[in-house]
Amino acid sequence: MSSNTVISAQNLSLTFQTGDGPVHALKDVSLEVEKGDFVSFIGPSGCGKTTFLRCMADLEHPTGGTLTVNGTSAEEARKSRAYGYVFQAAGLYPWRTIGGNIRLPLEIMGYARDDQEARVKRVLDLVDLAGFERKYPWQLSGGMQQRASIARALAFDADILLMDEPFGALDEIVRDHLNEQLLQLWDRTNKTICFVTHSIPEAVYLSTKIVVMSPRPGRITDVIESTLPKHRPLDIRETPEFLEIAHRVREGLRAGHGDAV
Amino acid sequence: MRNLVPVLTILAALLALWYAAAVALNAQWAQDQATRAGTTLTLPALVADTWSQDKPKLPAPHQVALEIWNTTGAMVLEGRGFSKRSLFYHSWITFSATALGFVLGTALGIALAIGIVYNRTIDMSVMPWVIASQTIPILAIAPMIIVVLNAVGISGLLPKAMISMYLSFFPVVVGMVKGLRSPAPMQLDQMRTWSASAAQTFWRLRLPSSMPYLFTSLKVGMAASLVGAIVGELPTGAVAGLGARLLAGSYYGQTIQIWSALIMAATLAAVLVGLIGLVQRITLKRMGMA
Repeated sequence: MSSNTVISAQNLSLTFQTGDGPVHALKDVSLEVEKGDFVSFIGPSGCGKTTFLRCMADLEHPTGGTLTVNGTSAEEARKSRAYGYVFQAAGLYPWRTIGGNIRLPLEIMGYARDDQEARVKRVLDLVDLAGFERKYPWQLSGGMQQRASIARALAFDADILLMDEPFGALDEIVRDHLNEQLLQLWDRTNKTICFVTHSIPEAVYLSTKIVVMSPRPGRITDVIESTLPKHRPLDIRETPEFLEIAHRVREGLRAGHGDAV
Repeated sequence: MRNLVPVLTILAALLALWYAAAVALNAQWAQDQATRAGTTLTLPALVADTWSQDKPKLPAPHQVALEIWNTTGAMVLEGRGFSKRSLFYHSWITFSATALGFVLGTALGIALAIGIVYNRTIDMSVMPWVIASQTIPILAIAPMIIVVLNAVGISGLLPKAMISMYLSFFPVVVGMVKGLRSPAPMQLDQMRTWSASAAQTFWRLRLPSSMPYLFTSLKVGMAASLVGAIVGELPTGAVAGLGARLLAGSYYGQTIQIWSALIMAATLAAVLVGLIGLVQRITLKRMGMA
């Protein structure tokens, strides 16, 4: 484990006891995430990618192995507010304005009033929603709502951003746009991002590291270091290099799944 | 205004039905009177008689309307709007017990719901009693509450309000338990990622999320409170209140008085529930939940 390691999992396992016997959501998962990495987790449903992310967030409790976040346990990391978590649904409160929604974690964490205002302004700029502070969620499109939820996760000083299929419910065009924006945001903020997805192009386009997972039991079958440059215009997705990485991801998924993916 | 025609049509149909029923129910007495006097009634005379008896089995709508006017508007015009014969006075007596019982019941209901949502022991131990409490007929328990409280020196408004509370806390408990549990698991997880305290989760997420459920419960609770207050007035010896008017009316066969008190009670309930509906509309609209 180098000094730059932000998240480190060693032989991590999580077994749910159900009426039909134990379910191995994660089995012997080991992974190191370095500071500033953009790591994507990809795999079919049931492969444990979301469970792994939830373990990092201390929303699930591993039954075996060790997991450290920022050098501490996941629980301590959560309590020290080390990460921002973006869920699949934006989950904005309808009774709060966009600004009020972004202020919510800041109020909970006890930031000073004027600091809250400054931070809301700053993150709204970051996600390109300046001027929408006083609007209510229902006045925004789905893509804009998801951007507001990303802004909310960025508002407090967490170096880690955990994202669980944040664009899964959005259409292709909006998704492309948000992917591009997310890369710019990552570039500007220098955060470490863990990103769960089931889209191969999305994973390859965004990541510095792609973690391919497979189900029953949930495990890592391949970890691919991306050779793509940090600056990535959308049309990089048609270059041979991109297609080669995508091919490797697909191979990994197929290998882990037996045959058909 | 598009709704006006159908609404008026229904109203007219109900009135017609009421008048017809008055004829049918009161005809026997009119016939008996005529026989005793040795006369026979023509149909128009019979109908006119059934609609203008002093103590009809079913008073006609205009008789009830006139009685209500005489005991409300007319008395106000004479400057005796709050005399002990005025329905406004009796409505006020009933309303004050209803309102106090409603406030107490709502407070008790919300407190119990919070306990049930946050504490498994309370959930397991209190909920069965809450449900059992509502299976006991209120008419059976109301006199006992009055008698017991009277024995310890509490009389007047509070015993009636207790009966109102007894009826109105139940819908609030059931609604608020559902409402406080209404946030999605994702929203609760989100609070956890921010390491929010239980109090912060309650005030910022659970309580606002429960508002639509609360207002629905409050409407049911308000109507139940009014029923409770009226029932509470029955065993007190019929001194004042709409319940007392109902009881006095039935003692003396004053059906017109009974019906006017009933309609006054229904109007009071409609106004109170309507007020809650108004607050609900404004609140939920402002909260973006309507």
